[in-house]
Amino acid sequence: MSVFTEYKNKLPKKILDEIKEYTKDLSEAKIKKVLEMTLIEYEGAKVEAGECVGIVSAESIGEPGTQMTLNTFHFAGVAEMNVTMGLPRIIEILDGRSKLATPMMEIYLNKDHSKGSDIRKLALSIKETLLGEVISELTVNMADSSIELKLDSEKMGDFGITEHVVNEAIKNSIKGYNVRNNKDSIVLKAKSKEDGINQVYLDKEKIKKVHLKGIKGITQVLPVKRGDEYIIITAGSNLKLILELDFVDSTRTTTNDIFEIEKVLGVEAARQAIINEVYKVIESQGLDVDIRHIMLVADTMCNSGSVKGITRYGVVSEKSSVLARASFETPLRHIINAALIGEEDKLNSVVENVMLNQPIPVGTGLPGLVTKVKK
Amino acid sequence: MAEEKKKKEKKVKEVKEESVEETTDAPKEKKIERIEPQDVFVSKQISSIIFSVLSAKTIKQMASAKIVTPELYDKEGYPVDGGLMDIRLGVIDPGLKCKTCGSKLKECSGHFGYIELARPIIHIKFVGIIMNLLKCTCRDCGRILIPKNKIDTATAELDKIEQESGLEARRQHLKEIISSLKTVNKCPWCKARQQKITLEKPTTYMENEKRLNPIEVRTRLEKISDEDLELFGLVAKHARPEWMVLTVLPIPPVTMRPSITLESGERSEDDLTHKLGDIVRINQRLFENINAGAPEIIIEDLWDLLQYHITTFFDNAVAQLPPARHRSGQPLKTITERIKSKEGRIRHNLAGKRTNFSARTVISPDPMLGLNEVGVPMEIAMKLTVPERVNEWNINYLKKFIKNGPGKYPGSNYLIRPDGKKKKLTEETIEASLEEIQPGYIVERHLLDGDVAIFNRQPSLHRMSMMCHRVKVLPYRTLRLNPAVCHPYNADFDGDEMNLHIPQTEEARAEAEILMEVQTQLISPRYGLSIIGCVQDAISGNYLLTKGMDFTRPEAIDLLASAGITDFSKIPRKEKINGKEIFSVLIPEDFNFTGRARNCLRCQSCKRDKCEHDAYVKIQDGKLVSGIMDRNNLGEGSGLLLRGIHKKYGKERTIEMLSRLFRLGIDVLLRVGFTVPISDTDLPENAVIGIKETLDNARKEVDELINLFNNNKLDTFPGKTLKETLELRILEVLNRARNKTGEIVAKNANKKTHTMVMADSGARGNLLNLAQMASCVGQQAMRGKRIDKGYKDRTLSAFKRGDLSPSARGFIANGFKSGLNPSEFFFGAMTGRDSLMDTALRTPKSGYLYRRLSNAMQDLKVEYDGTIRDAAKRIVQFSYGEDGIDVSKSEGGILNVKRIIKTVGG
Repeated sequence: MSVFTEYKNKLPKKILDEIKEYTKDLSEAKIKKVLEMTLIEYEGAKVEAGECVGIVSAESIGEPGTQMTLNTFHFAGVAEMNVTMGLPRIIEILDGRSKLATPMMEIYLNKDHSKGSDIRKLALSIKETLLGEVISELTVNMADSSIELKLDSEKMGDFGITEHVVNEAIKNSIKGYNVRNNKDSIVLKAKSKEDGINQVYLDKEKIKKVHLKGIKGITQVLPVKRGDEYIIITAGSNLKLILELDFVDSTRTTTNDIFEIEKVLGVEAARQAIINEVYKVIESQGLDVDIRHIMLVADTMCNSGSVKGITRYGVVSEKSSVLARASFETPLRHIINAALIGEEDKLNSVVENVMLNQPIPVGTGLPGLVTKVKK
Repeated sequence: MAEEKKKKEKKVKEVKEESVEETTDAPKEKKIERIEPQDVFVSKQISSIIFSVLSAKTIKQMASAKIVTPELYDKEGYPVDGGLMDIRLGVIDPGLKCKTCGSKLKECSGHFGYIELARPIIHIKFVGIIMNLLKCTCRDCGRILIPKNKIDTATAELDKIEQESGLEARRQHLKEIISSLKTVNKCPWCKARQQKITLEKPTTYMENEKRLNPIEVRTRLEKISDEDLELFGLVAKHARPEWMVLTVLPIPPVTMRPSITLESGERSEDDLTHKLGDIVRINQRLFENINAGAPEIIIEDLWDLLQYHITTFFDNAVAQLPPARHRSGQPLKTITERIKSKEGRIRHNLAGKRTNFSARTVISPDPMLGLNEVGVPMEIAMKLTVPERVNEWNINYLKKFIKNGPGKYPGSNYLIRPDGKKKKLTEETIEASLEEIQPGYIVERHLLDGDVAIFNRQPSLHRMSMMCHRVKVLPYRTLRLNPAVCHPYNADFDGDEMNLHIPQTEEARAEAEILMEVQTQLISPRYGLSIIGCVQDAISGNYLLTKGMDFTRPEAIDLLASAGITDFSKIPRKEKINGKEIFSVLIPEDFNFTGRARNCLRCQSCKRDKCEHDAYVKIQDGKLVSGIMDRNNLGEGSGLLLRGIHKKYGKERTIEMLSRLFRLGIDVLLRVGFTVPISDTDLPENAVIGIKETLDNARKEVDELINLFNNNKLDTFPGKTLKETLELRILEVLNRARNKTGEIVAKNANKKTHTMVMADSGARGNLLNLAQMASCVGQQAMRGKRIDKGYKDRTLSAFKRGDLSPSARGFIANGFKSGLNPSEFFFGAMTGRDSLMDTALRTPKSGYLYRRLSNAMQDLKVEYDGTIRDAAKRIVQFSYGEDGIDVSKSEGGILNVKRIIKTVGG
């Protein structure tokens, strides 16, 4: 379309696409008129130079914070599956915490599997099963430093685990024992008695944590119908291993763990994840915050090339100005470290100039005179 | 100049070992010459500040006195020479002159002194880095314990680490490199054997169980070469390590530790002076003992004591040391405590400042004020002033203010002479001042109607929390504002107070008017819609008006006139005029709009203007053709009606229209009367019976569930225990019952009652509130569950153990009108307290989040090339929000393409 090419560099693609869609049955002259008027409006709606967009974004996210709830939100259907929402979740994201309170994944499946016929089986195959879950009894025999575990055959059936699997898992992860199978029990006998009873006790705890099957970190699974396909929602997250599974639609599967996304998919993906997660919370609270503000926060967090939290260790420590850092938290540490390397504060941001009673270089404080004033 | 210098020195005082140097290159000095003689001081701008550690030499150079005696005053109460209050360090008594600069109190910002320490002392703030240096360098030759051939690779490695994770990580890693090189035991340069050095906190270094005294520490640090320091991330020019062991101590000027004279004439000294007195005293004793050749043990003890005093002088909260205390037992506030935390110098005095020309009092509403006006009590108007410079043309006008003096409105309080002297106007001086005044003088006159003022309510979470209003001087003693601007301030009138500031310069007034006035803040930058709209009565009034009211022509004119309309030509020429036609008078002639009212059912196929609920709002050529006006279109933060008017006609007409709409709504209610009687919650008999039945049924149903549960016959939900299943089922039943009673109320409530009018128009309240009043309050939930806390197995002692029935677990079957029984009331109080706690916990959390966000992002701004950059000019975004659109200039965050296409005709 020739009319649009002229405006390709003048208008954002999103607006052009929108115009294209709504003006399909209009004459070319009219489309041209539309484009002209849009350009005028667009130029009028652009941000002005000097606008302190950072503060505006901080206000736009900070102000509705007082209206958010502190409560977590429960997932219907499965016990103990709740999701951090509201203010705690926002704080969690912006802190850049690597350990989430409630990690979660949404696993989309390939076309062959999304119809829901084998959804339960797939879900269970992902779920991490530990040895502790299928043991009905665990006894330590101090006399000959051995551990005996009775298996719960009913539960093993549920999880689809055979005795052989258990045997292998134990052999692989607990060393220094002779493993012998009795009927529905397994006996581990220490090879040497030198380690003493303490070691056996430690190993007893370790046995409970032996990984039998499924994917590490996925503690719960919940098949859910979304739209006309089935997806799996999990508590616990392990993006890397999940994406390697061949029945998973790796293009849509996500986790709410931003650090994992950064590790597996890179910062750009992490930035988008921050935007999505924050937006999700704000939306669920029925608040209205423009996406641009969230974008700016995400961009500040990811600016250095890795995800940094908005804390004194993260984004704030990257600031170029000593006084700006000092005015946030731990002022003395910053001033002393600055003195050790003879750091120079160029006074080109806001707080330093407020401290010194000088105009701040944003907004109306930005422009200066080009003309030399006569002395 | 004085101002800047003071600041500079203040920094030095506080930070102690860091000097702050002002780079005063000639071109950076700005000299502004003005005609007025009062302004002939040199004004300087600080372009940068360098932080560094003070060397002993610098400390001596910048000092103007050597302090030798702990005495403060002589018998006459005059400061002792060489004492801590020496007048060479500045003056704090009126009448005295500073010996160093010759200026008087308030003019002299103070000067440093110094004391020569008898023995070197470790500076507490540098203990860590000294430890690092001692460990990583040779005890003999002072070189770093890395062999020559490996220095280059180590430097590269360290530089990389510093870039990634900062200086502290670099120093940490250096230690790791050295220990991995296994050269800790033998110096690769001079082959000297190394000893293990440990730190005995807080300030003692040990080498193989032997104490390393500060003199030894200092000599070792002196040996380290400048190049080796670079590996530690130290810059020798600014921080030689031996400077971290003090041999002289700077004495801060008296101006930063002024003494207070009590009523009894006694002097009470500042905490710092106390501490310095201790230091000087011990130091003198140490000197005397050394000179007298006292035994080593005594000297060591005194040395340690001096170390303790100097450590607590810098920081009185060192973990291993008992804090130095007053005689009363309260700990001294020394330098670190002065700087640190919210009440410290940085956050309390530097990043936030106090202001003059401001007022604060209780607020109250006044709908007759304009949106951008603020009603100022006469008393305040006579205290706050606006400076006006006298010239040939306004001299007679300003003389009138002087004539009235400070006691009569409109008068004036001060006269400022061209030399900057302020003169208070009193009854006696009025005559003389009238004679004296001539062009160049400044009159500080009382506030007048139309002056600009900045109005603010805390917490200032938004930029809309501080807006510029026009002053309107009114009687009585509260600040008045139009209730429509309550929303941006988040104000109500239950005792809220607000602040008023009067800008004092032309620049400030211009900025306030252009950037901060109410009409410029109509569109919220948070979501791009109008943040100011009609509230409360204004909504219900307009709702009633447009829903169907008829007026005779004189009535209509009367109504419109009281809403502020003077041009009645838009009223249709007929006898009976309906509400929609009256409403239309306010809308501009060429305005078109379509929208939905709140009662819109969102039918699949919209009947548009034929809608039987009149929910299709259509404005054509400035006439309201169909639809009811309610909160969806008039309220704040919703709908595009106000946004559309703002876009098309600009801010001035929008606030004009908004205030007219507001007054129209109120005047409608004024004419029809609006009240909420208790009878609004009355229900017909059959409804009451219906509600009773529903509740009884629900109770029965719950009983059955409990029975099933007790007999273990309840089907469990997957993944839930039996008890949880029961709870869920009961909750469901009770909620259903409550909703059903709500429906009955909604069906039977009289739509004409004012309670319903408020709920329907969205002015206040909702159907749920009505149902709670009329029929049933419903289940009280705590954390998504029924109430189960209290006594063992029961909520209140009034119930049997294990009672799971609705009423024992927080179900309130009564309505507010019929009244709650005691246990129900108690449950209501429980949830009330729970939600109160939630709010109390949330406020500080979100406050901290906000502080962090604004601190992290405050320096992001739009550059002239359209990119978003931080203070270091690092690009954060190439184009704001990916399309460069300012949210406050958009329509709900987007550019409304559909509207443009419509205007073109499609």
